Amino acid sequence: MGAMVEPHTTDQAAFDRVARTELRRLYSLARHLDRDAAEDLVQECLLRAFRSFDSLRDREAAGGWLRVILTNVWRDHLRKAARSPREVPIDDVADFSLFRTLIDEDPFPYSDSLHLDFLGAFSLEDVHAVLQRLPSRYRTPLVLRYVEGLPTKQIATVLEMPLGTVLSQLHRGRKLFECEMWRYAEHTGVLERASKPQSERAQEVGST
Amino acid sequence: MKPLISCREAVRELWRYLDEELKAVDHERVEEHLDHCVHCCGELEFVRQMQKLLGSQQELDLPADVQQRLEGLIDELTHPGRSGK
Repeated sequence: MGAMVEPHTTDQAAFDRVARTELRRLYSLARHLDRDAAEDLVQECLLRAFRSFDSLRDREAAGGWLRVILTNVWRDHLRKAARSPREVPIDDVADFSLFRTLIDEDPFPYSDSLHLDFLGAFSLEDVHAVLQRLPSRYRTPLVLRYVEGLPTKQIATVLEMPLGTVLSQLHRGRKLFECEMWRYAEHTGVLERASKPQSERAQEVGST
Repeated sequence: MKPLISCREAVRELWRYLDEELKAVDHERVEEHLDHCVHCCGELEFVRQMQKLLGSQQELDLPADVQQRLEGLIDELTHPGRSGK
């Protein structure tokens, strides 16, 4: 990062403490937003946060404040990239239902809890990988809504978008997420892994 | 009284229904459908589980080398005169 920093923060020890405490969660959010640029996003976030730390009145809210800054950095990053927005026609995915696809395809014929077994086959990293497959315009509100737990109005404020746009991107994002969960499971061996009997999986783990 | 919406219509709206993003009248229509459709209730529970799965994503690993570099930056910011960092 080549940006010059003016160290005019008056409470550097407090910033140091807050930044270190929040580092893991910040990096995690950055990875969800863009796996490849995560470290750069956190660096830029720390630089911006340091410059304006004096303006933070409620130090208890520092974690949320840092994550909002990180999201702003990400928003600016997207704007700079100026990629032409790729709308995914909602009609292509609106009627997709992962629930029903699982019933139709029946990937675990011996299971009496098909749907839970399917979700249980996904590790944290698998779900993360599925999210990364979504176009950023749909991934971003999805991550902010469900991973970070932000209300939609706040997402609209942070991303500087009309609420209607956020709601519509969320709607597409959710359906795309369902589609990608299925595609990912089909193409990456999640289904094979999960369909093996418990004893066989335990043996595999034991033999490594 | 309006007829019940179809399963297809209800399923389209389950995420928004759970997030209370629907207009009151649409929320009510999905609710009415769910009152009469066990299958869609199962799907509603599945959507709830997917939301939980997403919510469990909060803390991914922070690799040691990345942590070291980021903490180095924090050091540079908060102790600009210090060398060897």
